[in-house]
Amino acid sequence: MREACAIEVHNLTTTYGGAPVLWDIDFELPAGHIIGIIGPNGSGKTTLLKTIMGLLPASSGYVKIFDKDLEQIRHKISYVPQRESVDWDFPASVFDIVMMGRYRKNNLFKRTNKTDLEIVLQSIEKVGLTKYKDRQIAQLSGGQQQRVFIARALAQKADIYLMDEPFVGVDAATEHSILKLLKEMRDLGKTVLIIHHDLQTVSDYFDYLVLLNTRLIAKGTPQEVLTEENLTNAYGGQLTLLAKVANLIKVNQFPIREKDVDL
Amino acid sequence: MGELWIIITASIVALNAAILGCFLLLRKMAMVGDAISHAVLPGIVVAYYLSGDKTSGLLLLGATLTGVLASFAIDFLSRKAKIQGDASIGITYTFLFAVGMIMISTMMNGNTDIDMECVLYGDISLINLDKIVVDGNLYLGPRAFYIEVIALVIIGFSIGFGFKGFKVLSFNEDYAKALGINTNRWHYALMTLVSLTTVFSFEVVGAVLVVGFLIIPPATAQLFSTKLKQMLFWASVFGILAVIIGYYLAVWMNVSITGAMVTVAGIDFFLVLIIQRLVDRKKRSTTFAAPEFITPTPKNSVE
Ligand SMILES: Nc1ncnc2c1ncn2[C@@H]1O[C@H](COP(=O)(O)OP(=O)(O)O)[C@@H](O)[C@H]1O
Ligand SMILES: [Mg+2]
Repeated sequence: MREACAIEVHNLTTTYGGAPVLWDIDFELPAGHIIGIIGPNGSGKTTLLKTIMGLLPASSGYVKIFDKDLEQIRHKISYVPQRESVDWDFPASVFDIVMMGRYRKNNLFKRTNKTDLEIVLQSIEKVGLTKYKDRQIAQLSGGQQQRVFIARALAQKADIYLMDEPFVGVDAATEHSILKLLKEMRDLGKTVLIIHHDLQTVSDYFDYLVLLNTRLIAKGTPQEVLTEENLTNAYGGQLTLLAKVANLIKVNQFPIREKDVDL
Repeated sequence: MGELWIIITASIVALNAAILGCFLLLRKMAMVGDAISHAVLPGIVVAYYLSGDKTSGLLLLGATLTGVLASFAIDFLSRKAKIQGDASIGITYTFLFAVGMIMISTMMNGNTDIDMECVLYGDISLINLDKIVVDGNLYLGPRAFYIEVIALVIIGFSIGFGFKGFKVLSFNEDYAKALGINTNRWHYALMTLVSLTTVFSFEVVGAVLVVGFLIIPPATAQLFSTKLKQMLFWASVFGILAVIIGYYLAVWMNVSITGAMVTVAGIDFFLVLIIQRLVDRKKRSTTFAAPEFITPTPKNSVE
């Protein structure tokens, strides 16, 4: 690997008390790419992100970010949880939530300053929610709520972004604009790690893939990962999927040059 | 004059409870408030037994600690022993409460100052008996009032300073953790404050009815609040309103004062709920045509 390594996961195993949900996962992710984590439902994608973020303890193995321990470099990482993981009825506006991206352990007792305010407004602007900045988050569509989370992540000014299914419940136009934003971030040298469930779009969206089902099934470029063998290993004999898979592999063998044709 | 002291003291109880209740509610921890308020019973009894004084500082601190211990126990059972969350709560507080009951009947034998009635439901009409008098004749008000003021200062200070911390903890605990914030510390700070409120106010409203003040006014405010500070404000208003209306209702109907206060709080909740639903329906039918505008969805339904 020519590029610097952003995230190193070494022999990682995570359990929720019972059988392991992640088993002996081992990979290194290059910096400055948009990287996809794919795998069937319940394959441990969310668990992997949470373990990387230190929200769940690893039973064994370790994670290094830019060759450092998490606690040393936490401020460089931004986490976007699954949208359904919070209660959107919470009494707060778009602005309030994005402002949380500026919260740090050591500024909780201080007032927000002008820089924070500017960064927050900029982040809201970037996701196109300026018009809605004072609206309560309950009164937003699913796609807009997702953009609130992305704006909050942007406000953290991090180098690595870990996003859990940012395209769920998002319409095609929003998906497109979020993707554009992510590509801009990548071009600025940021690393974006995304959990994604739509196999149809993976080869368009990602430079690098991790295919997961409790164990690591494959990693590498979409061409390397999206083979019939790997996909059957990950998804098993799910019949409806296999048809899609065949389709995908075809697409994969003749990669589309123009990526923005239709969405 | 005595009447006014009762209303003022109970209003501060309501204010303290409303502020903390908002955070409990938003964290989906209403039941934990209930549990803590019951679990402090053994602490109250032990401290009372040792000090012999219902309002000594030792009693208050000791009992507060019992509540915090109960929340530790609940977390231990659910996180480490993998007991289902609501079962952990049920086990912990009924157990501690039962221990407290036995302690009252054995240790407090023959003592008339503390009994189950008083601990559970408070003695709001009696707070004026225990007053602070300076120089033998200058009456400064009931002791309970000063205790509540101390609680208010502690709570106001903690929530005021830690507002951002409690806010991010309540909205998205995982995110707070991801930011490197020690969420455990914030959680137990909140539990300590809740425990402190129930203990400090048990003489006034009792350990059980305080739960009504913790939960109902915040739940009422949450029905229509769009900002956290707005929710805190309206929860306080509803709490104090319930105290005032409840007091006069009780005097007029000759019923339990605290009981009437919590009843009024409950009625307020249903009134607001009905009004809110009606307004919501009207709003939806009038804004239906506007395509750019996203209809304010009723609570609970995203999308
Ligand atoms: N809090 C939890 N306690 C116990 N098991 C869990 C918990 N969260 C997830 N799991 C289990 O771990 C497995 C992986 O879950 P998850 O990481 O959410 O998968 P994915 O995000 O790939 O759909 C699933 O089998 C799920 O049932
Ligand atoms: Mg998931």
